[in-house]
Amino acid sequence: MNDTPLHLAVALDGAGWHPAAWRSQETPGALFTAAYWADLVTEAERGLLDFVTFEDSLGVQSAAPHRPDDRTDQVRGSLDAVLIAAFVAPLTTHIGLIPTVNVTHTEPFHVAVGIATLDHAAKGRAGWRPQIAPRAADATHFGRRSTPQLTDDDIRDSELIAKRLRPLFAEATEVVEVTRRLWDSWEDDAEIRDTATGRFIDRDKLHHIDFAGEYFSVRGPSITPRPPQGQPVIASVAHASTPYEFAARGCDVVFVTPFDRAGAKAILAQVDEAVEGAGRDLVERPLRRFAEVVVFLDDEPGAAARRKERLDTLNGAEYTSDAAIFTGTPGELADLLLDWRTTGLDGFRLRPGAVPQDLTAITRRLVPELRQRGAFRTEYGPGTLRDRLGLPAPRNRYARGD
Amino acid sequence: MTKQIHLAAQLPAIHNVTVWSDPRSTSQIAVDNFVHLARTAERGKFDFFFLAEGLRVREHKGHFYDLDVVGRPDNLTMLSTVAAVTRHLGVAATVNATFNEPYEVARRLATLDHLSGGRAAWNVVTSFDAFTGENFRRGGFLAEADRYTRAAEFLATARELWDSWADDDVQADPASGRFVPSEAGRFAHRGEHFDISGRFTTPRSPQGHPVIIQAGESPAGRDFAASDAEVVFSKYNRLDEARAFYQDVKGRLARYGRSPDDLRIMPTATVVVADTDAEAAAYADEITRAQVSPQTAIAHLEAVWGRDLSAYDPDGPLPDIDPESESLVLKGHSVFRTGRAETARRWRALAEERGLSIRELVIEVHGGQTFVGSPRTVADAVDHFVQSGGADGFVFAAHLTPGGLDDFVDRVVPLLQEKGALRRDYTGTTLRHHLGLPPLPRTQRTSGNTKEAS
Ligand SMILES: Cc1cc2nc3c(=O)[nH]c(=O)nc-3n(C[C@H](O)[C@H](O)[C@H](O)COP(=O)(O)O)c2cc1C
Repeated sequence: MNDTPLHLAVALDGAGWHPAAWRSQETPGALFTAAYWADLVTEAERGLLDFVTFEDSLGVQSAAPHRPDDRTDQVRGSLDAVLIAAFVAPLTTHIGLIPTVNVTHTEPFHVAVGIATLDHAAKGRAGWRPQIAPRAADATHFGRRSTPQLTDDDIRDSELIAKRLRPLFAEATEVVEVTRRLWDSWEDDAEIRDTATGRFIDRDKLHHIDFAGEYFSVRGPSITPRPPQGQPVIASVAHASTPYEFAARGCDVVFVTPFDRAGAKAILAQVDEAVEGAGRDLVERPLRRFAEVVVFLDDEPGAAARRKERLDTLNGAEYTSDAAIFTGTPGELADLLLDWRTTGLDGFRLRPGAVPQDLTAITRRLVPELRQRGAFRTEYGPGTLRDRLGLPAPRNRYARGD
Repeated sequence: MTKQIHLAAQLPAIHNVTVWSDPRSTSQIAVDNFVHLARTAERGKFDFFFLAEGLRVREHKGHFYDLDVVGRPDNLTMLSTVAAVTRHLGVAATVNATFNEPYEVARRLATLDHLSGGRAAWNVVTSFDAFTGENFRRGGFLAEADRYTRAAEFLATARELWDSWADDDVQADPASGRFVPSEAGRFAHRGEHFDISGRFTTPRSPQGHPVIIQAGESPAGRDFAASDAEVVFSKYNRLDEARAFYQDVKGRLARYGRSPDDLRIMPTATVVVADTDAEAAAYADEITRAQVSPQTAIAHLEAVWGRDLSAYDPDGPLPDIDPESESLVLKGHSVFRTGRAETARRWRALAEERGLSIRELVIEVHGGQTFVGSPRTVADAVDHFVQSGGADGFVFAAHLTPGGLDDFVDRVVPLLQEKGALRRDYTGTTLRHHLGLPPLPRTQRTSGNTKEAS
């Protein structure tokens, strides 16, 4: 048995990550109902997974990463991810909830207050995934600014994409900084309820954050008392050096996308470099590293690959992804995860190709398989999402410490 | 026929309604307290649960105001949680139209309506001040006079976004392989405040549009309510004032081609129930004195006078000096925005006439508790208020969090049901239905445009 437990998360997106996945669902289109999300997240919790993430964007989905398309044969339309997470919060008790939140077109103040509220609603299980808007077309939904238009050439290379979108990452870094300051803007013991003096709060334990950055300024404090975790978990997806730097500066978890074991090793070296460049002390502020894998899982050898092919046919093209795609049995996937893990990964965010079947294959087949090998928990311990990820209790930057 | 009473519950959070000094009053932010109050309201067959909003922590004389409860959630997020643990109760979020953008707000409200199965409402407010603006990218960019033109265009734009998907757009037909038409969500809006276009992400929700609530006081606010809202909140909970407000606002509806029955008017109210009228009166007095502590009395006076009055005795007479014209010592509090000189004159006259001390005066203008008495007395008073044209119902703000409405629901609601003035059970699933408002017509897609279904 390994001494540190493997961390496992599932990324929920529409009907699954394969664009034709909706066609194999029992009730296609149910993904706009509450029951759909409640069922998926309670299933993930049954598998004792660390957390689920919820994809989101402020534009309609598209097969192209950089511009809208007019396809009518794939899932189009979505619900707000923070609100989905808040809805499932009281229906679950242990699993972490990490919605994606756009940082290019939103107000940093609202983002911070929303996630703090989610953490209160989930009693210390919240996080969020900051996401920049890579599609210039989304900017017209707001009419306040324009963002870089990526070309067909750009999108062939994740380094080129990141380079073109660099200002958006710089702004995202400011957003993360503001949310963290706002969460600290109330000290944990700010509420005193002192009937003798009639004071509800100790007014010296609330703080203006006085953030003035290159992109915006925010005065503070938050309107929401400090969330139970102090600092809810921040996780980001990264494929290139600029996003590695972004993660190294302000995130608690980074999702990376290697295609094999050697790739994992190389990427982690790049992440290490970014951490060093940011001057980050990993003891005080650990950075958990998860690899992403799209999974199609069936017990019978070959069945998952055939299932994916059928979906590819329906979709009219082979499904490819920014992350590795695995088709096989739960045992084979366990082999792969445990092998990749030795490169220094803390865990994996699995993207089920089609839900619910690839989700239940994870919770009911993969998890027991890993457990048999002593590589996965047999129960949820107590504590917050931060605790589960081994992130220390965060110090409040404004507390004088008495 | 007996007019049906519409009830809502509010977890009041900030302001001095909450008697936090009472040990039965617990956290203003713990999720279990929101759930408790919402479930109480649902047990009482209320129409909806409501959360107010203020986007900046209030400051008083250069410090954070510390006498009232402070700290509140993001409304839509918390109400999504509340929706998960209730079945029928509406969930109403106050969301500001100045420090937000239509695309995101329309999307979040449509999401709440989907997740709750058609129970969402939006209280459209217009706080615009530069003080609040300091928390946002654009700062305090809006002139006071423009707050309702922006709000009206904001709401009109949100309606265009909600209408950009027809009811039948999510086809999700595996046989044909068609999920949605390519036109679903397309919109273009060009106006004074918003110039936006593209595709809206969220399919049409069960109610089509969430129920629209407004709480304006000025003529512009009342017109906005009359033209666009389905519920109006007010602060008028004394029958004479309430009737005047009711008639004024309902009288404005015809101008917008609407009938008086298209709009519900619901003043904010408090309620104190005990075994006997005398016990209730004594308890109400105790609550009011806790809400208006000596410190609170001075602070409210300072807010009106716009200057430091800490040297004054709360049990002594009002200051004979005049209010400062400029300085606003209390920031982030909508109540004291305008007319301070006139308010001060009125307060002084009232205090002189009745021989009131500072604290007694503030208690007097604060108004005390709205409905006080035995269950029977309260039921009669609530019913009379509605039947005699003062309101269509009330938003009850509980002075104890979260148990402040337990007595009302357990002891008064059954009496209102006996009178036939309150439903014994929910008869529909949407908030629109609870409010007695007709559903929006279903929309169908015809050659690219959404149309009302015939
Ligand atoms: C019952 C009630 C509730 C209100 N709730 C809020 C609120 O939550 N947030 C807010 O910014 N303003 C709130 N207001 C203020 C109103 O939106 C409005 O600004 C105020 O009544 C002044 O009216 P006017 O804007 O037409 O001058 C509320 C007002 C009333 C009467």
